[in-house]
Amino acid sequence: MKLLTFKGGIHPPEYKELTEHLPIERAVEPSTVVIPMQQHIGAPCEPIVKVGDRVLVGQKIGEAKGFVSSPVHSSVSGEVKAIDMMPAAGGGEVLSVTIISDGQNEVDPSVQPKGDIEKLSAKEIVDIIKEAGIVGMGGAAFPTHVKLSPPPEKKIDTIILNGAECEPYLTADHRLMLETPENVIYGLRALMKSVGVEKGYIGIESNKPDAIETMTKAAAEYPNIEVVGLYTKYPQGAEKQLIYACTKKEVPSGGLPMDVGVVVNNVGTAAQVAIAIKTGMPLVERITTVTGKAVASPKNLLIKIGVPVKDVIEQCGGLTQKPGKLIMGGPMMGLATHTDEVVITKGSSGVLLFDETEAKMPERGPCIRCGKCVDICPAFLQPLHISNFSNNNMMEAAEKYRALDCIECGSCSFICPAKIPLLQAIRVAKRNIIAKKRKQS
Amino acid sequence: MVEKLTVSSSPHVWSENSTSKIMLDVVIALLPATVGAIYFFRLNAAMLIALAVITAVLTEMAIQKIRKQPVTVSDYSAVVTGLLLALNIPASAPWWIPIVGSIFAIAIVKQLFGGLGQNFMNPALAARIMLTLSWTDQMTQWIKPGADAVSGATPLSFVKGVTAIPSKAPDLYDMIVGNIAGSMGETSAILLILGGLYLVYRGVISPKVPAIFIGTVAVITLIAGGFDASYMLYHVFGGGLMIGAIFMATDYASSPVTAKGKVFFALGCGIITSMIRLYGAYPEGVGFSILLMNVAAPLIEKYTAPKVFGEVRK
Repeated sequence: MKLLTFKGGIHPPEYKELTEHLPIERAVEPSTVVIPMQQHIGAPCEPIVKVGDRVLVGQKIGEAKGFVSSPVHSSVSGEVKAIDMMPAAGGGEVLSVTIISDGQNEVDPSVQPKGDIEKLSAKEIVDIIKEAGIVGMGGAAFPTHVKLSPPPEKKIDTIILNGAECEPYLTADHRLMLETPENVIYGLRALMKSVGVEKGYIGIESNKPDAIETMTKAAAEYPNIEVVGLYTKYPQGAEKQLIYACTKKEVPSGGLPMDVGVVVNNVGTAAQVAIAIKTGMPLVERITTVTGKAVASPKNLLIKIGVPVKDVIEQCGGLTQKPGKLIMGGPMMGLATHTDEVVITKGSSGVLLFDETEAKMPERGPCIRCGKCVDICPAFLQPLHISNFSNNNMMEAAEKYRALDCIECGSCSFICPAKIPLLQAIRVAKRNIIAKKRKQS
Repeated sequence: MVEKLTVSSSPHVWSENSTSKIMLDVVIALLPATVGAIYFFRLNAAMLIALAVITAVLTEMAIQKIRKQPVTVSDYSAVVTGLLLALNIPASAPWWIPIVGSIFAIAIVKQLFGGLGQNFMNPALAARIMLTLSWTDQMTQWIKPGADAVSGATPLSFVKGVTAIPSKAPDLYDMIVGNIAGSMGETSAILLILGGLYLVYRGVISPKVPAIFIGTVAVITLIAGGFDASYMLYHVFGGGLMIGAIFMATDYASSPVTAKGKVFFALGCGIITSMIRLYGAYPEGVGFSILLMNVAAPLIEKYTAPKVFGEVRK
């Protein structure tokens, strides 16, 4: 199989062997869940339950406010104990609904199969996805129905499913593709119908040959679905890089995938769409890879939304040593979190625990202008210059060097021999430039 | 969990690569030529090399102490400068030449401009030029290799101003192996290429710069020599072209970081070298060409920014 790819990128150590051969296990039934009202990019939800209410599995408890937003549902049946601010993975706090489970898992009567794809209209599929609270499950958690509602002048011709899973350590998508390939295909077909496209790709990195094989078999009877092998390189799963690899089209600077007629979704998102149509169950649980040196027995777990991370770690045999860093997501783009009180959300692709040695920040030296960051930047930027401008508060120069085109993959910081936190400085520049633009408009 | 957790901006993993590993690789790449120099030029070569390296390291240490900065000699960058400088001086040079050169390279060219990564010229090369201009006699007393070294002319001085090789010029085979008169490290093309291949293999340098630099000189001298291949090979293997193209033009701090910039930079080095060799007053032009292009590097870099992903050229 010819492997497709993009220009630039890095080869971080993968550490996937910790969990890639472990079948997905259902996590222990939680006694309490804390469900944040914002688990997605966009407007937070408004709680529609009160303290003391009895809620059922799949019952909507947070109503989306605005178009770019996504409703939230209960993952257990039980009683609402509190509605208050709780720690969020990105730092700070988020309004959350705490539910004490009664252990019954009684399903809400609204959860009913939606019928066959063939019988559903495009609009019906988008509505099912929207009502099921489905968001991008690769980590960014962008509401899926928004991607599927392009303005009429944008003609979408291709859907790409992202099965690259290029982040080190993470194996949730890998296991999903191996264990329920039929859901991935079903979801892709639904997504294709929802925007009326003929061509569907499923891109998988070559370090998962078994997933490529399984998905190719599952897609065999659908000639318009093509499983493509991707060269194993980070950030192969970055949206614009994935589109380039599959279609050789460059999403214009500042534009969206729909500008080149493409919609990208994670394989996990597609499987969730299949579940929402087949069973009617909204997004109330997800597969998360719990891994890292500090975890006793790393696992791929099917976890209910709202389960505190400390319970999840407990279930993986607890800690083997003093942890140094807790990362929600993978090591390249994940968020380092200050507490294990945070919960599993719709975007939690991984829970990664580093020991103290791994958590130690490297000592930074002066830039030797080796140009490695320029060589590997998948957006073709010059990170050393943007970082320098940012550190010297020269935001206009940073903008001129196109800081806003940075996809924040972190390859530059990874490769830098002087261990300069290039991405961190570029992020500062981006925030500054965007804030200034907002002020002006 | 009561433990304090580290919170930092992603990414949370870093490559194994480091500045000192890169510099150590350059030292390793220079070893064949260094051993070759000691073999060809014996004890005096060993002494000069030791003096240059030790002075470079001590100078860096002293300046960082005076300026109350962390001492960073363990990153091997001063060793690289000292070693490169040593390989650029003749084996007959007096003992104080490498000392003066190393102090100039480290104190003035490197540290006064801000230290590692900030020097706008290659320190070793700038020191070589300074030494040549100030002590021309001592810096151009070329000797032929061997225990009873006798003075001799470099291959380039034979072809200076002529377009055919005179009969008394050294054998081409000797030039490739290094059995000729010249600076200590620039005589053996094969040992320098060996080091260059190691650097390319380790990903320290891009083969683009040396290949284009040497290629440009080859093409121009081939034309100037009326398509006489051995005349062209004299220019390619003679003088400081190999050490300059492989070890000096690839200096990170003083060359462009952009891929396209590197092409223009190397092309410029090749053209200027050829012009000085063919039409200039000096027999050798590698050093001047690299220094001139060093100065032009920021400008080249500015105009060779890569086209950003998804950017539409206006």
